[in-house]
Amino acid sequence: MNWIHGLVTPLARLLIFPGLLFAVPAAWFFLWVERKAVALMQGRVGPPFMQPFFDFIKLLGKSTPPRSGVGGLLMRAWPLIAVSAAAGAVGLLPVLPSSGGFEGDLILLLALLELPSMCIIAAGFSSRSIFGEIGSAREAVLSVAYNVVFLLAIVSIAASQHTFRLESLAALPASPMRWLGVLALLVCLPAKLHLNPFSLPNAEQEIYSGPMVEYAGPELAMWELSHGLEWVAATGLVATLAAPYITLWWLAALVFVGLMFAIVLALSTLASATARLAIDTTVRFYWQCTLIFAVLAVSSALFMRLRS
Amino acid sequence: MNLWNKLMCYSRRHSPWLFHMNSGSCNGCDIELVASLTPRYDAEQLGVRLEGSPRHADILCITGPVTHNAVKAIHTVYDQVLGPKAVVAIGSCPATTNVFIDSRTLDGPLNKHIPVDVFVPGCPPRPDAIIQGVAKAAEILAARGNNPPSTELSIAAISAAEAPADNSPLVRIQEVQS
Repeated sequence: MNWIHGLVTPLARLLIFPGLLFAVPAAWFFLWVERKAVALMQGRVGPPFMQPFFDFIKLLGKSTPPRSGVGGLLMRAWPLIAVSAAAGAVGLLPVLPSSGGFEGDLILLLALLELPSMCIIAAGFSSRSIFGEIGSAREAVLSVAYNVVFLLAIVSIAASQHTFRLESLAALPASPMRWLGVLALLVCLPAKLHLNPFSLPNAEQEIYSGPMVEYAGPELAMWELSHGLEWVAATGLVATLAAPYITLWWLAALVFVGLMFAIVLALSTLASATARLAIDTTVRFYWQCTLIFAVLAVSSALFMRLRS
Repeated sequence: MNLWNKLMCYSRRHSPWLFHMNSGSCNGCDIELVASLTPRYDAEQLGVRLEGSPRHADILCITGPVTHNAVKAIHTVYDQVLGPKAVVAIGSCPATTNVFIDSRTLDGPLNKHIPVDVFVPGCPPRPDAIIQGVAKAAEILAARGNNPPSTELSIAAISAAEAPADNSPLVRIQEVQS
């Protein structure tokens, strides 16, 4: 019976909560919040509530351009890989207490979170469009810039709490070090989600949305979905680390969703209030300002660990 | 019509993504098209999004009287927009070549080259009329689905008189929606 239990729990987490059944509607909802926040900040009414869902269905019904050869096959594969990686990352979030089975850890979650942006880089280059290639190059530079901070923040959290396991991280009381790490993660989120002021890889005015320029129909729908799932996974990670430990499972889920919503709202407001920065300014921001911050966090976490 | 088709129809009507193309326009209509997305008119309430790539678009909005240089570009972009698609001709120029009629630099009007679904006349048309034209094109798109556009019949024209004259854009959009 034990192995059945070990199989059912992770499957339920992947498929129901916080997995696909929760994550896909949440992804659409967050995409709507993103657009609605921009509209409200500009004094408009904005799109209707079901808009991302309608967009998704409509894109499924459109045709795609003929793609031949290995390049075409790869172009079709990238969005699917991105969606499955983002969905897997959401499924790993330890919202509900699991009893045994596959749990995964922070390193796997980070790898799955990183995959969609790798897919975007590869997709832009395999589309062979000049705009796609520029977008991919920008995405690559951006991910080198913010990932150092992102990984250092994660390392500082893990070092200060002596564990890489998500489950135990969620259960442990937060230390001041952890708050510093969460703050560093929050600084990285706009770049990770391609929001203003760090939206240059998919800049819709100057490079026609960059790596996505050649995508159409169901493939584009998959990209939209993977972007939404990235929203859920990335905000979910921060919510997991920031939420207090609650034994009541429904209250824990409620706090988790509420925190995610608050982060999405804050990021969308920031996105609509700022303008796009140039690539050198972005890289300088991450390397000069936040790297110092992240290195400080890691070194003090290691120092605390040695002392204790 | 089964449930999936109904849902698809509804989604197509509520999510028209535009690609804007200038075929030698004086920029008057282009300004009005962008104005229809501003807070005053807010076409996003209908799900309208102005896309940078023709691959993403459902509705091709063409302004201008179609110069010789633009003909090849129009054919290329029309082929790049993937089906189901609709074409909206914005302004009097693509409909009749307007004051430039009989000019030797022109090869208009637009429906000589590609099938046009909706004409929005005006020089330039008001943003309300453009929004109404886009909404009508989205309806045509939803009704037609993947069938190829017929060249003669499905042409609908939005007259300047048809667009309501009071200054409440929100009311207008609801009227267009209903």
